[in-house]
Amino acid sequence: MNTQQRIGTVLLGTLIALASIPRVDARDLTVVGWGGASTAGQEIVFYKPFTAKTGTKLIVDTWSGGIGILRTKVKGGNANWDVVQAEVDEVILGCEEGLFEKMDWSKLGGRDKFIDAAYNECGVGNLVFSQGLGYDGNRYADGPKSWADFWDAKKFPGKRGLRKTAKYTLEAAVQAQGIPREDVYKVLSTPAGVDQAFKKLDELKPNVIWWSSPSQVPGLLASGEVVMSMGTAGRLLGANQLDGKNFKFVWPASMYAVDFYVVLKGTPNKEQAMQLVSFMSQPETQKLLPNHFAIGVTNKDAIKGVDPEKAMSTPTYPDNMKNALALDAAFWVENGDQLSQRFNAWAAK
Amino acid sequence: MLLKPGLRRIERRKLLRALVLIVPLFAFLLLNFALPIAAVLMRSIKDVELAAAMPRTAAAIQRWDDRDLPDAGIAAILVEDLIRARDQGTVSSVANRLNYDVNGFRTLLLSTARRVPLSDSGSALDQLIKIDARWGDRNYWAAIKHAAGPYTSFYLLAALDRRVSADGDIVLTPVDQRVFINIFFRTFWISLVVTTFCLILGYPVAYLLANVPPRVSNLLMILVLLPFWTSVLVRTTGWAVLLQREGTVNTMLRAMGAISEPMQLIYNRTGVYVAMTQVLLPFMILPLYGVMKGIAPTTMRAALSLGARPWVAFRRVYLPQSMPGISAGCLLVFILALGYYITPALVGGADDQMVSYFIAFYTNETLNWGMAAALAVILLTVTLVLYVLYNCLSSSAGPRWA
Repeated sequence: MNTQQRIGTVLLGTLIALASIPRVDARDLTVVGWGGASTAGQEIVFYKPFTAKTGTKLIVDTWSGGIGILRTKVKGGNANWDVVQAEVDEVILGCEEGLFEKMDWSKLGGRDKFIDAAYNECGVGNLVFSQGLGYDGNRYADGPKSWADFWDAKKFPGKRGLRKTAKYTLEAAVQAQGIPREDVYKVLSTPAGVDQAFKKLDELKPNVIWWSSPSQVPGLLASGEVVMSMGTAGRLLGANQLDGKNFKFVWPASMYAVDFYVVLKGTPNKEQAMQLVSFMSQPETQKLLPNHFAIGVTNKDAIKGVDPEKAMSTPTYPDNMKNALALDAAFWVENGDQLSQRFNAWAAK
Repeated sequence: MLLKPGLRRIERRKLLRALVLIVPLFAFLLLNFALPIAAVLMRSIKDVELAAAMPRTAAAIQRWDDRDLPDAGIAAILVEDLIRARDQGTVSSVANRLNYDVNGFRTLLLSTARRVPLSDSGSALDQLIKIDARWGDRNYWAAIKHAAGPYTSFYLLAALDRRVSADGDIVLTPVDQRVFINIFFRTFWISLVVTTFCLILGYPVAYLLANVPPRVSNLLMILVLLPFWTSVLVRTTGWAVLLQREGTVNTMLRAMGAISEPMQLIYNRTGVYVAMTQVLLPFMILPLYGVMKGIAPTTMRAALSLGARPWVAFRRVYLPQSMPGISAGCLLVFILALGYYITPALVGGADDQMVSYFIAFYTNETLNWGMAAALAVILLTVTLVLYVLYNCLSSSAGPRWA
């Protein structure tokens, strides 16, 4: 037993002790986002207006993903979160495990009001984010345009940043071979295709700097640590707005995924929780979100209503989405274990 | 004569009172520490998903002799169980468990669950194969048998890069999936190197602290403690600023003309060693300082005045006396280092991640708690073995300190 564990135990013990004290009063509705600029924006667009409109008090919490946390909360009983912003693979796994309340889509205005990728039995897609190729516009006048360019260390010498996960990295490696985006997952579903992707990664390995949090990317680019990097549009274009950077984001090389709102199973605040989810899915609410950070929305009417100037830097802008790859969450739920392990084994060599 | 039993009675009562006093603490530790950890670690050998959701299948598959394919009776039971599990919404837990063993089993089971019940004509097995040819592959049935529980070696073997084949032999996992043995060695190696660096850097600092006047040593102590109280995350990020390509260190070295091209100091092993050493240094300095404070300076002076050269005096007089501090510091740093994962995640490359990174990965991301527990069990076991070995060695070689 080391000190860290011991402190952990004491903390855990205290938490358990606190958690087991019976609550007399009902808990306020708690909504959980991802912190940083996104939560700040949601605060302005979603949370405050919701409280103003309905009088329901909101507690805002943040997390950084990991379905293990949701499982522990729901299965342990007495979950203290109600509405959670979760990634799509978490929604799929959690829904099958019965961690979330089912959504009543008719109350949300119907499935066809939303883009296809926003549908799940247990959740409503709310924002669309892009993982793509970014670089500093002050470095290259004529920068990389595709993952093939990203791999071309002769044309663009220097280090490149990639996300330290199999997800997104393998998709990029497949596209770097010139395989069209509609075939990416077909290729990755075959052993030969996976071998090919890892071979392609071998080529780039000496030039890669691996990052683990998207917030590292603007720093890596700005400091010249890397000449280009995989990164999220929100962070990169956000840095242009906040810090006066000149980062470019290559939309045709981007991959987009949807973040969902789910309601944890067994919450005493189910009615208000659903009310909040519905409120956050309305076009007149959603369309304001891109004003605060470079993110796409899911309600088709909201997409049309976004301020045109802001819309151009969102993943859901038609020109941006045209050549982008939709992340296949089902593929990763199925193959994530094996591919991650292979990726880790590959990286360790 | 009556005195002795009386005394003994009082002694016994005293002992009893002492025991009663520690009961709450003991109960607290048991309830909040020992039991939860034991429960989590038990997950590494428990196999409950299949038996809970499809109990009849779990029982029936035992009849299968591992040769060819199971008979149609077993297949029929599987189908019945599958229908029930589907209606109760428990198929996915089984599907996830089986997918750990054979990649692709998840979709196979879920898609099959959507297409049962079968028609009445023909054997259940043939119909399953017609739904998906993979039901004709004995590896899938072997995975079901392996998962039937209640106990399994699956997770522990997987954490050692091994698996049970369809024939029942223990074989190595395919070479491109082999990772954990490597990572265990890496974890212990990084911890060892960091401990060594901490000792080399910490020893002189502790010596200085113990031998300067109190006013100076208090000031110096604050310099040691200040980073100690600062969040690990902040210090790690600080190193990123110092070590990056255009960072302070590289800029200075280039200005001095020592290098012409910036060196890669971060996002590789160098960064991990530097940051972890700095983060863990106080855990080396403090025990060393504590021990050195108790070493009488007169012993060194005596050695010197008796004609020993400084190095000999240090090696034969001071070093042995400071040994308890070295032991305690090294043990503390080494064991703390084994559990690190934030620092390597932020300043290391993809090939610098340690075991805890994977424990967190399986716990949070993929919900494979069996695998997380198995990795934890092995890490804990190897650490305990090393601890015992170390204890034996240090107590037989030097003076006993613990």
